[in-house]
Amino acid sequence: MLFEDEPLAGENLPILPGHVSPGRLERILRAGGFAVTTEIAPPDSADPAEVYERAAMFDGYVDAINATDGSGANCHMSSVGICSLLTRRGYAMVMQVSCRDRNRIAIQGDVLGAAAMGVANILCLTGDGVQSGDHPQAKPVFDLDSMSALEMLRDMRDNSRFMSGRVITSPPQVFLGAAANPFAEPFDIRPVRLARKISAGAQFIQTQYCFDIDMFSRYMARVRDLGLHEKAYILAGVGPLSSARSAEWIRANVAGVHIPDSVIRRLRGAADQACEGVNICTEMIHRVREIEGIHGIHIMAYKQEHRVAETVEATGILQGRTPWHPGIARPLEETGLREAS
Amino acid sequence: MYRMRLWSARNAAWLGALYNVWENILIRLHPLFARIGYERLDNLFLSIEKPIKGFLFDSRSCGQCTLNITGMSCPMNCPKTMRNGPCGGVRPDGACEVKPDMPCVWVVARDGNRRMNKNEHTIELVLPPVDARLQGTSAWMRKVREHNSHPELESLR
Repeated sequence: MLFEDEPLAGENLPILPGHVSPGRLERILRAGGFAVTTEIAPPDSADPAEVYERAAMFDGYVDAINATDGSGANCHMSSVGICSLLTRRGYAMVMQVSCRDRNRIAIQGDVLGAAAMGVANILCLTGDGVQSGDHPQAKPVFDLDSMSALEMLRDMRDNSRFMSGRVITSPPQVFLGAAANPFAEPFDIRPVRLARKISAGAQFIQTQYCFDIDMFSRYMARVRDLGLHEKAYILAGVGPLSSARSAEWIRANVAGVHIPDSVIRRLRGAADQACEGVNICTEMIHRVREIEGIHGIHIMAYKQEHRVAETVEATGILQGRTPWHPGIARPLEETGLREAS
Repeated sequence: MYRMRLWSARNAAWLGALYNVWENILIRLHPLFARIGYERLDNLFLSIEKPIKGFLFDSRSCGQCTLNITGMSCPMNCPKTMRNGPCGGVRPDGACEVKPDMPCVWVVARDGNRRMNKNEHTIELVLPPVDARLQGTSAWMRKVREHNSHPELESLR
């Protein structure tokens, strides 16, 4: 799909009234669309071709791509680097900013640079502890946490000031996001914590992997009681598991991921476990879609990126629209979002 | 020492009350402190404050103490020094993602706060990031000085 005011690849869309960013993700969400985002696995390489190839796997299936920032505290190409390459081609990026490796001076500088390159969405994360990654000897920074990073970036955008108070001549026009984990202890304060993130500036939320629909429904009921689903766009985290063994490994080794035994049993019993993983994921997408207050999905398919397209295809959640991708022809078929935007 | 730290959170109610008495005494002594000079007193008070809070709470002497609103659980013991609630990595048994043997300081803080009869929202107050310049200074002296320079902030406590 193309917006009527679609610019050349690499240039920003005009910012519509009531919007904060020149990005496609904000347009789709504000127009009432069901958004699809995914994550790109950053290469352990300095070759831009690897980044382009990985992004091309999602062409036509996602509205924005998250560039992870040293996820799991492992070193890979930086999120700023990935965003720099992919915004040149016109991709809508969600730049992840982790507080683990950079202090407030570095983060503010990176955000200005990223916005200048055309990054329209920033996701603020506290980040995994250095102990979980491949450089446990590193000095953990954590000058800010996700909450104070959100407040800082909102002030940069809305008040054109650095945290120090110094004036920014042209503020970063970014749609601000945060992560939420409904599946981690202490459950009772998770919805309240989401409320705080939203009041600190979060406008969209991407959740941790959802494999337990009952638990997620209970969380969302509390979220609706607090009215949070009307204050931020919530994208449910989903993803295909490749096998029962990998699911068990993720559950034991990746912080904050909750996979019920029933899911693992179902994978183990399947003839083609990878295929069953996609089936479980598509079922989950259908079920989260039914939950009031869910505005989209965020597909995390680490080392399974090639399955994102088939997963999206199988669910039909795009309802016939084709998200923008490089080389998309103009003029293109009209979509329901055209009138709304 | 996790055991002492957990004991302090279990005893948060009376420790908090005791601290409030102590703070009021210090605040009354402000004219005296002002005459001697806060800069001169900082090291003296730190030499008392540091061992006590170090023993009871594993305090890191960040100089901007939050114990009174974090259920007597020191957030500087979080490996990510999170001052605004638990991260998404807390284990199913309530342990820290980074140190599996340590209970999450925010799980402990929630329980401590309940003992102090603070409402659910107190723990979710958005705190500003740590000011690195205050590391290794007396939080008590800072509190007394702030109380006297900004009495209007008292109502927010």
